[in-house]
Amino acid sequence: MARAALPRRLTWEVLPVVGHEQLTPKTWRVSVSPDGLEQHLAGQHVDVRLTAPDGYRAERSYSIASAPERGALDLVVERLEDGEVSPYLTDVLAVGDQLELRGPIGGYFVWHAELGGPLQLIAGGSGVAPFLAMLDHHRAAGSDAPARLLYSSRTLAEVIEREQLEQHRRRGVGVEITLTRERPEGWAGRVGRADAAMLQAVSFPPEVAPHVFVCGPTAFVEAVADSLVGIGHSPARIKTERFGGMEDRSRG
Amino acid sequence: MAELSRLDGNAAAGGLEEVFAVEITTAVATCASCGATGDVGELIVYADAPGTVIRCPTCGAVVMRYARLPQSTWIDLRGAAVLRIPAR
Repeated sequence: MARAALPRRLTWEVLPVVGHEQLTPKTWRVSVSPDGLEQHLAGQHVDVRLTAPDGYRAERSYSIASAPERGALDLVVERLEDGEVSPYLTDVLAVGDQLELRGPIGGYFVWHAELGGPLQLIAGGSGVAPFLAMLDHHRAAGSDAPARLLYSSRTLAEVIEREQLEQHRRRGVGVEITLTRERPEGWAGRVGRADAAMLQAVSFPPEVAPHVFVCGPTAFVEAVADSLVGIGHSPARIKTERFGGMEDRSRG
Repeated sequence: MAELSRLDGNAAAGGLEEVFAVEITTAVATCASCGATGDVGELIVYADAPGTVIRCPTCGAVVMRYARLPQSTWIDLRGAAVLRIPAR
Protein backbone atom coordinates (compact mmCIF):
# COMPACT_ATOMS: atom_id res chain seq x y z
CA MET A 1 0.00 0.00 0.00
CA ALA A 2 1.62 3.18 -1.15
CA ARG A 3 0.88 6.36 0.69
CA ALA A 4 -1.21 8.39 -1.74
CA ALA A 5 -0.10 11.88 -2.66
CA LEU A 6 -2.73 14.19 -1.27
CA PRO A 7 -3.38 17.36 -3.23
CA ARG A 8 -2.57 20.05 -0.73
CA ARG A 9 -0.07 22.82 -0.44
CA LEU A 10 2.06 22.82 2.64
CA THR A 11 1.40 25.75 4.89
CA TRP A 12 2.93 26.95 8.10
CA GLU A 13 1.00 25.93 11.20
CA VAL A 14 1.44 27.19 14.75
CA LEU A 15 1.51 24.32 17.22
CA PRO A 16 1.88 24.09 21.01
CA VAL A 17 5.00 22.67 22.63
CA VAL A 18 3.95 19.85 24.97
CA GLY A 19 7.34 18.47 25.97
CA HIS A 20 10.92 19.69 26.34
CA GLU A 21 13.61 17.41 27.74
CA GLN A 22 17.38 17.27 27.53
CA LEU A 23 18.60 13.92 26.20
CA THR A 24 22.40 14.30 26.04
CA PRO A 25 24.85 17.15 26.64
CA LYS A 26 23.99 18.66 23.26
CA THR A 27 20.58 17.28 22.27
CA TRP A 28 17.06 17.93 23.43
CA ARG A 29 13.73 16.34 22.65
CA VAL A 30 11.09 18.90 21.75
CA SER A 31 7.56 17.50 21.59
CA VAL A 32 4.80 19.26 19.72
CA SER A 33 1.11 18.53 19.52
CA PRO A 34 0.39 17.64 15.88
CA ASP A 35 -3.17 19.04 15.78
CA GLY A 36 -4.08 19.98 12.25
CA LEU A 37 -1.10 18.28 10.63
CA GLU A 38 -1.53 15.29 8.39
CA GLN A 39 -0.37 12.11 10.12
CA HIS A 40 3.23 11.45 9.26
CA LEU A 41 5.17 8.41 8.11
CA ALA A 42 8.31 7.33 9.94
CA GLY A 43 11.28 9.02 8.28
CA GLN A 44 9.57 12.28 7.43
CA HIS A 45 10.62 15.63 8.78
CA VAL A 46 9.13 19.00 9.60
CA ASP A 47 10.49 22.45 8.89
CA VAL A 48 10.59 24.82 11.87
CA ARG A 49 10.53 28.58 11.38
CA LEU A 50 11.58 31.26 13.85
CA THR A 51 10.71 34.92 13.26
CA ALA A 52 12.68 37.61 15.07
CA PRO A 53 11.03 40.86 16.22
CA ASP A 54 12.60 42.65 13.26
CA GLY A 55 10.98 40.18 10.89
CA TYR A 56 14.13 38.15 10.16
CA ARG A 57 13.25 34.52 9.58
CA ALA A 58 15.24 31.33 9.86
CA GLU A 59 14.05 27.86 8.91
CA ARG A 60 15.51 24.48 9.77
CA SER A 61 14.45 20.90 9.14
CA TYR A 62 14.10 18.34 11.93
CA SER A 63 13.28 14.67 11.53
CA ILE A 64 10.26 13.42 13.42
CA ALA A 65 11.63 10.96 15.97
CA SER A 66 8.32 9.45 17.08
CA ALA A 67 6.08 6.89 15.39
CA PRO A 68 2.85 7.98 13.72
CA GLU A 69 1.03 5.81 16.26
CA ARG A 70 2.05 8.16 19.08
CA GLY A 71 0.17 11.27 20.09
CA ALA A 72 2.87 13.90 19.99
CA LEU A 73 5.52 14.77 17.41
CA ASP A 74 8.99 14.40 18.90
CA LEU A 75 11.87 16.33 17.38
CA VAL A 76 15.51 15.75 18.31
CA VAL A 77 17.34 19.06 18.29
CA GLU A 78 21.11 19.17 18.36
CA ARG A 79 22.36 22.43 19.81
CA LEU A 80 24.94 24.01 17.52
CA GLU A 81 26.89 26.70 19.34
CA ASP A 82 26.59 29.34 16.62
CA GLY A 83 23.29 28.08 15.29
CA GLU A 84 20.55 30.49 14.39
CA VAL A 85 17.72 28.21 15.42
CA SER A 86 18.89 25.35 17.62
CA PRO A 87 20.01 27.41 20.66
CA TYR A 88 16.57 28.99 20.80
CA LEU A 89 14.85 25.61 20.64
CA THR A 90 17.07 24.12 23.33
CA ASP A 91 17.66 27.07 25.69
CA VAL A 92 14.60 29.27 25.41
CA LEU A 93 11.62 27.30 24.13
CA ALA A 94 9.46 25.81 26.90
CA VAL A 95 6.34 23.74 27.37
CA GLY A 96 3.36 25.94 26.66
CA ASP A 97 5.15 27.98 24.00
CA GLN A 98 4.22 27.76 20.36
CA LEU A 99 6.29 26.71 17.37
CA GLU A 100 5.75 27.46 13.70
CA LEU A 101 6.01 24.24 11.70
CA ARG A 102 5.49 23.01 8.16
CA GLY A 103 5.02 19.34 7.40
CA PRO A 104 5.17 16.40 7.44
CA ILE A 105 7.55 16.44 4.50
CA GLY A 106 9.24 13.78 2.39
CA GLY A 107 7.62 10.64 1.06
CA TYR A 108 10.92 9.37 -0.28
CA PHE A 109 12.85 8.73 2.92
CA VAL A 110 10.16 6.75 4.73
CA TRP A 111 9.61 3.23 5.99
CA HIS A 112 6.28 1.78 6.93
CA ALA A 113 5.49 -1.78 7.95
CA GLU A 114 3.90 -2.73 4.63
CA LEU A 115 7.26 -2.25 2.92
CA GLY A 116 8.64 -5.18 4.86
CA GLY A 117 12.31 -5.92 5.34
CA PRO A 118 15.01 -6.59 5.95
CA LEU A 119 15.44 -3.05 7.22
CA GLN A 120 18.98 -1.70 7.59
CA LEU A 121 19.41 1.65 9.32
CA ILE A 122 22.75 3.47 9.57
CA ALA A 123 22.96 6.63 11.65
CA GLY A 124 25.63 9.23 12.38
CA GLY A 125 25.07 11.36 15.47
CA SER A 126 21.69 13.08 15.52
CA GLY A 127 20.95 11.29 12.24
CA VAL A 128 19.44 8.57 14.42
CA ALA A 129 16.30 10.71 14.82
CA PRO A 130 14.25 9.40 11.85
CA PHE A 131 15.28 5.85 12.80
CA LEU A 132 13.81 6.29 16.29
CA ALA A 133 10.53 6.90 14.46
CA MET A 134 11.02 3.90 12.17
CA LEU A 135 11.86 1.52 15.03
CA ASP A 136 9.05 2.93 17.19
CA HIS A 137 6.67 2.33 14.28
CA HIS A 138 8.18 -1.13 13.65
CA ARG A 139 7.23 -2.06 17.20
CA ALA A 140 3.83 -0.36 17.23
CA ALA A 141 2.85 -2.01 13.96
CA GLY A 142 3.96 -5.42 15.20
CA SER A 143 6.25 -5.79 12.19
CA ASP A 144 8.24 -9.01 11.94
CA ALA A 145 10.63 -7.55 9.39
CA PRO A 146 14.22 -8.22 10.48
CA ALA A 147 15.72 -4.87 11.41
CA ARG A 148 19.22 -3.66 12.25
CA LEU A 149 20.64 -0.30 13.28
CA LEU A 150 24.28 0.73 13.16
CA TYR A 151 24.63 3.96 15.13
CA SER A 152 27.88 5.89 15.04
CA SER A 153 28.37 8.35 17.88
CA ARG A 154 31.44 10.28 18.96
CA THR A 155 31.06 9.34 22.63
CA LEU A 156 28.78 7.23 24.81
CA ALA A 157 27.37 10.31 26.51
CA GLU A 158 26.22 11.58 23.11
CA VAL A 159 24.21 8.48 22.26
CA ILE A 160 20.61 9.64 21.89
CA GLU A 161 17.81 7.61 23.54
CA ARG A 162 20.15 4.80 24.54
CA GLU A 163 17.52 3.18 26.79
CA GLN A 164 14.96 3.19 24.00
CA LEU A 165 17.50 1.53 21.71
CA GLU A 166 18.22 -1.06 24.40
CA GLN A 167 14.53 -1.89 24.48
CA HIS A 168 14.56 -2.41 20.73
CA ARG A 169 17.61 -4.62 21.04
CA ARG A 170 15.87 -6.72 23.69
CA ARG A 171 12.92 -7.31 21.38
CA GLY A 172 15.18 -8.52 18.58
CA VAL A 173 16.36 -5.49 16.61
CA GLY A 174 20.08 -5.77 15.83
CA VAL A 175 21.32 -2.57 17.48
CA GLU A 176 25.04 -1.86 17.15
CA ILE A 177 26.60 1.29 18.54
CA THR A 178 30.07 2.35 17.50
CA LEU A 179 31.99 5.10 19.28
CA THR A 180 34.48 7.06 17.26
CA ARG A 181 36.24 9.23 19.84
CA GLU A 182 36.54 7.09 22.93
CA ARG A 183 36.64 3.54 24.23
CA PRO A 184 35.02 3.62 27.69
CA GLU A 185 36.17 1.10 30.23
CA GLY A 186 34.00 -1.99 30.03
CA TRP A 187 32.41 -0.91 26.74
CA ALA A 188 31.06 -4.02 25.01
CA GLY A 189 30.01 -2.25 21.82
CA ARG A 190 32.08 -1.26 18.81
CA VAL A 191 34.65 1.46 18.32
CA GLY A 192 35.81 3.20 15.18
CA ARG A 193 34.23 4.64 12.06
CA ALA A 194 31.46 2.92 10.17
CA ASP A 195 33.79 1.95 7.35
CA ALA A 196 33.39 -0.78 4.75
CA ALA A 197 34.75 -3.46 7.09
CA MET A 198 32.33 -2.62 9.87
CA LEU A 199 29.42 -2.28 7.47
CA GLN A 200 30.25 -5.67 6.03
CA ALA A 201 30.37 -7.17 9.52
CA VAL A 202 27.11 -5.79 10.90
CA SER A 203 24.80 -5.07 7.98
CA PHE A 204 22.42 -7.35 6.16
CA PRO A 205 24.29 -8.63 3.12
CA PRO A 206 23.37 -7.34 -0.35
CA GLU A 207 21.96 -10.77 -1.27
CA VAL A 208 18.92 -10.27 0.96
CA ALA A 209 18.19 -6.91 -0.71
CA PRO A 210 17.56 -4.89 2.45
CA HIS A 211 15.92 -1.48 2.47
CA VAL A 212 18.87 0.66 3.51
CA PHE A 213 18.52 4.10 5.07
CA VAL A 214 21.51 6.29 5.95
CA CYS A 215 21.14 9.54 7.88
CA GLY A 216 23.55 12.00 9.48
CA PRO A 217 26.04 14.69 8.52
CA THR A 218 26.69 14.89 4.79
CA ALA A 219 30.27 13.63 5.02
CA PHE A 220 29.18 10.61 7.07
CA VAL A 221 26.27 9.75 4.78
CA GLU A 222 28.33 9.98 1.61
CA ALA A 223 31.18 7.90 3.01
CA VAL A 224 28.78 5.21 4.23
CA ALA A 225 26.79 5.17 0.98
CA ASP A 226 30.00 4.83 -1.03
CA SER A 227 31.17 1.99 1.24
CA LEU A 228 27.84 0.20 0.93
CA VAL A 229 28.01 0.32 -2.86
CA GLY A 230 31.60 -0.84 -2.61
CA ILE A 231 30.58 -3.96 -0.71
CA GLY A 232 27.90 -4.79 -3.23
CA HIS A 233 24.71 -3.01 -2.26
CA SER A 234 22.58 -1.68 -5.07
CA PRO A 235 22.43 2.14 -5.05
CA ALA A 236 18.72 1.84 -5.84
CA ARG A 237 18.11 0.26 -2.43
CA ILE A 238 20.01 2.92 -0.49
CA LYS A 239 18.15 6.03 0.62
CA THR A 240 20.03 8.91 2.15
CA GLU A 241 19.15 11.91 4.27
CA ARG A 242 22.06 14.29 4.62
CA PHE A 243 21.99 16.82 7.44
CA GLY A 244 24.60 19.08 5.87
CA GLY A 245 27.93 20.20 7.29
CA MET A 246 27.48 20.31 11.05
CA GLU A 247 30.17 22.92 11.52
CA ASP A 248 28.28 25.29 9.26
CA ARG A 249 26.23 27.72 11.33
CA SER A 250 23.59 28.03 8.66
CA ARG A 251 22.65 24.41 9.40
CA GLY A 252 21.74 24.88 13.04
CA MET B 1 32.56 23.79 2.19
CA ALA B 2 29.67 23.61 -0.24
CA GLU B 3 30.50 19.94 -0.77
CA LEU B 4 30.04 19.10 2.88
CA SER B 5 26.69 20.83 3.05
CA ARG B 6 25.14 18.91 0.16
CA LEU B 7 21.66 17.68 1.02
CA ASP B 8 19.06 15.36 -0.48
CA GLY B 9 15.90 16.21 -2.41
CA ASN B 10 14.01 15.91 0.87
CA ALA B 11 15.58 19.11 2.10
CA ALA B 12 13.98 21.21 -0.65
CA ALA B 13 10.61 19.50 -0.40
CA GLY B 14 9.18 21.85 2.21
CA GLY B 15 9.70 24.90 0.05
CA LEU B 16 8.68 23.18 -3.19
CA GLU B 17 5.53 21.76 -1.62
CA GLU B 18 4.36 25.24 -0.74
CA VAL B 19 3.99 25.67 -4.50
CA PHE B 20 3.34 22.18 -5.81
CA ALA B 21 0.19 20.81 -4.24
CA VAL B 22 1.58 17.29 -4.14
CA GLU B 23 4.25 15.26 -2.34
CA ILE B 24 7.27 16.03 -4.46
CA THR B 25 10.08 13.77 -3.26
CA THR B 26 8.53 10.73 -4.89
CA ALA B 27 7.92 12.54 -8.18
CA VAL B 28 10.23 11.24 -10.88
CA ALA B 29 12.47 13.75 -12.63
CA THR B 30 14.27 13.28 -15.93
CA CYS B 31 17.45 15.30 -16.22
CA ALA B 32 17.33 17.48 -19.34
CA SER B 33 21.11 17.31 -19.56
CA CYS B 34 21.90 13.59 -19.39
CA GLY B 35 18.49 11.89 -19.44
CA ALA B 36 18.95 10.13 -16.09
CA THR B 37 15.67 9.44 -14.32
CA GLY B 38 15.10 9.17 -10.61
CA ASP B 39 13.04 10.32 -7.65
CA VAL B 40 13.27 13.96 -6.68
CA GLY B 41 14.33 12.62 -3.29
CA GLU B 42 17.56 11.43 -4.89
CA LEU B 43 18.53 14.80 -6.33
CA ILE B 44 21.34 16.72 -4.68
CA VAL B 45 20.32 19.97 -2.99
CA TYR B 46 22.63 22.89 -2.39
CA ALA B 47 20.76 25.17 -0.06
CA ASP B 48 23.41 27.76 0.72
CA ALA B 49 22.07 31.26 0.04
CA PRO B 50 21.04 32.75 -2.25
CA GLY B 51 18.36 30.39 -3.48
CA THR B 52 18.38 26.63 -3.70
CA VAL B 53 20.05 24.70 -6.50
CA ILE B 54 19.03 21.12 -7.15
CA ARG B 55 21.37 18.98 -9.22
CA CYS B 56 21.31 15.66 -11.02
CA PRO B 57 23.22 13.01 -9.03
CA THR B 58 24.40 11.38 -12.25
CA CYS B 59 25.85 14.29 -14.25
CA GLY B 60 25.80 17.23 -11.83
CA ALA B 61 23.73 19.49 -14.08
CA VAL B 62 21.17 21.79 -12.50
CA VAL B 63 17.70 20.21 -12.56
CA MET B 64 15.81 22.87 -10.61
CA ARG B 65 16.46 26.25 -9.10
CA TYR B 66 14.25 27.66 -6.41
CA ALA B 67 14.32 31.03 -4.69
CA ARG B 68 12.01 32.59 -2.10
CA LEU B 69 11.82 36.35 -2.37
CA PRO B 70 9.61 38.66 -0.31
CA GLN B 71 7.15 39.28 -3.13
CA SER B 72 7.45 36.08 -5.12
CA THR B 73 8.82 32.59 -5.42
CA TRP B 74 10.95 31.67 -8.44
CA ILE B 75 11.15 28.13 -9.74
CA ASP B 76 13.32 27.29 -12.73
CA LEU B 77 12.58 23.83 -14.08
CA ARG B 78 14.54 24.07 -17.33
CA GLY B 79 16.87 21.32 -16.14
CA ALA B 80 14.00 18.86 -15.74
CA ALA B 81 12.93 17.45 -19.09
CA VAL B 82 9.99 15.69 -17.50
CA LEU B 83 8.52 15.65 -14.01
CA ARG B 84 6.27 12.65 -13.43
CA ILE B 85 4.03 13.00 -10.42
CA PRO B 86 2.33 9.78 -9.24
CA ALA B 87 -1.47 9.91 -9.14
CA ARG B 88 -3.12 9.81 -5.73
